[in-house]
Amino acid sequence: MSKIIKTENLVYSYQAPEGELPIRVLDGVDIEIESGTFVAVLGHNGSGKSTFAKHLNGILLPEGGTVYIEGMNTQDEKLILEIRRRIGMVFQNPDNQIVSNIVEEDVAFAPENLGYPSDDIRIRVDEALKVVGMYEYRDHAPHLLSGGQKQRIAIAGVLAMAPACVVFDEPTAMLDPKGRADVVNIIHKMRDMGTTVVLITHHMDETIDADRLVVMADGKVIMDGTPAEVFCHVEELRETRLDVPETVDILYELNKEGYDLDLKALSVEECAQEIYNHFN
Amino acid sequence: MVIKLNPIISTEGLTHVYSEGTPFEHVAIENIDFAAYPGEYLGIIGHTGSGKSTFIQHLNGLLKPTSGVVKLDGEDIHSSKKFTRQVRFQVGLVFQYPEYQLFEETVYKDIAFGPKNMKLSDAEIDKRVRTAAELVGISEDMLEKSPFNLSGGQKRRVAIAGVMAMQPKVLILDEPTAGLDPEGREEIIENINNYRKVTGTTVIMVSHSMEEIAKSVDRLFVFHDGNIDMRGTPSEVFSHSERLEEIGLTVPQVTKVAMRLRQMGLEPPRDIYTTEHLKAALLKLKGGEADA
Repeated sequence: MSKIIKTENLVYSYQAPEGELPIRVLDGVDIEIESGTFVAVLGHNGSGKSTFAKHLNGILLPEGGTVYIEGMNTQDEKLILEIRRRIGMVFQNPDNQIVSNIVEEDVAFAPENLGYPSDDIRIRVDEALKVVGMYEYRDHAPHLLSGGQKQRIAIAGVLAMAPACVVFDEPTAMLDPKGRADVVNIIHKMRDMGTTVVLITHHMDETIDADRLVVMADGKVIMDGTPAEVFCHVEELRETRLDVPETVDILYELNKEGYDLDLKALSVEECAQEIYNHFN
Repeated sequence: MVIKLNPIISTEGLTHVYSEGTPFEHVAIENIDFAAYPGEYLGIIGHTGSGKSTFIQHLNGLLKPTSGVVKLDGEDIHSSKKFTRQVRFQVGLVFQYPEYQLFEETVYKDIAFGPKNMKLSDAEIDKRVRTAAELVGISEDMLEKSPFNLSGGQKRRVAIAGVMAMQPKVLILDEPTAGLDPEGREEIIENINNYRKVTGTTVIMVSHSMEEIAKSVDRLFVFHDGNIDMRGTPSEVFSHSERLEEIGLTVPQVTKVAMRLRQMGLEPPRDIYTTEHLKAALLKLKGGEADA
């Protein structure tokens, strides 16, 4: 499989107030992401995960090291537009991502800027709205929609560009459970459609179905594997101020009492089955 | 818990209709009877559009009922303008994302804003600011900093301290942990628990997170379609997990595991909502012995 994203020894610091040292938020990040996979990046606030996300389409440029998108260096100014066509971004706050008064115009904003023919834009917009389940709302005013619906419009706006990869930077942090579930379902759909998804989050339950889970702390990658592999490390995760899903927690707690349950039983179904096998 | 007979804050037949008499007319809450007793810790849950935010905005008079009454200490909060104004200080409301409302030059001034409006003496204001800051874990040296140089979690705690410093009789928080990471969430919940313990204030917390709310509160109110669909202790409410899912609320994962185990034929009790509960229940099923 080809690598759509590759970072080499990525380093970045934010400017500090006068007289203080800059704050290093990325401290040598090496990550390769396969095309077509769903990769979740988990970390507490300040772990560097959002800063990492902003490097993937050149919103931020490395202070040290390199970021390649399909082999293109994000520091090459001539390539930045090409890179941004390939990597779409969805951010936390839907209100900051809506530009138009009508849903379908908002979704058409990016493809219009990219200069696509108008027939093509029509098709892209309709399809994108259908993927996020907001087609019926195409002539509504975004500001009258719920947060979850607005976020789906923002996602449709990105999908209308048909990017190879979409980076979600905490897309559900401001949404209610229903809104969160909708966004997670869209992410699964996108993966099935072959789009690469990078999901930055601190909601563990959203990462359970990822192909791969990367855990960041203090600007470094500290764990990398399938969700089941990563969440087995209950104590290490807690040391980095993260938690584990309740399914793993209950199995872990029971093991403390002398049981030998498999911590990899991550889903509710697997977890119930694992408990049932030992307790029946 | 001893239930005292006189509620500190209550509603009777509270109804609110938005845009009444227009094509956009919408009944947000209908005929709600609610009572909170002094010192209680209450949780309100419900999905978006269930009416919970409309409801809490009535409790300090930000919204006026279409019909029905809101009473503080037995008195209708709209009985006089003077009393409505007092209610704004006595019922403190912390909005969602309160950190967006920080505006002063220093943390100290921001926390002092509410007490200042209450026309308290400088000495009293100073005392209140320091006490509130301490309650939410904002250290002395941070008080002179600009609130905009703080982390997201710190900003939020400063905003909450600003309401606490008014020393309201009832503190209402709308989704105080939204958008924070697990550690930030835990800190805020601890701050609130601590504040309750120290001051004995009645606290009403609105949340989407069942896990979070169930572990803390004495009683829960479940809002659905503008009505209170269920009310009771967390155990009572969670013993109706199927109903909770039916009305679009996400129940904790351990509750789902327990539900699934029951379907499989194991018999953990119906009211499980923490891992500790499920663990204890399972160990009890095994007669308390680990025999792995």
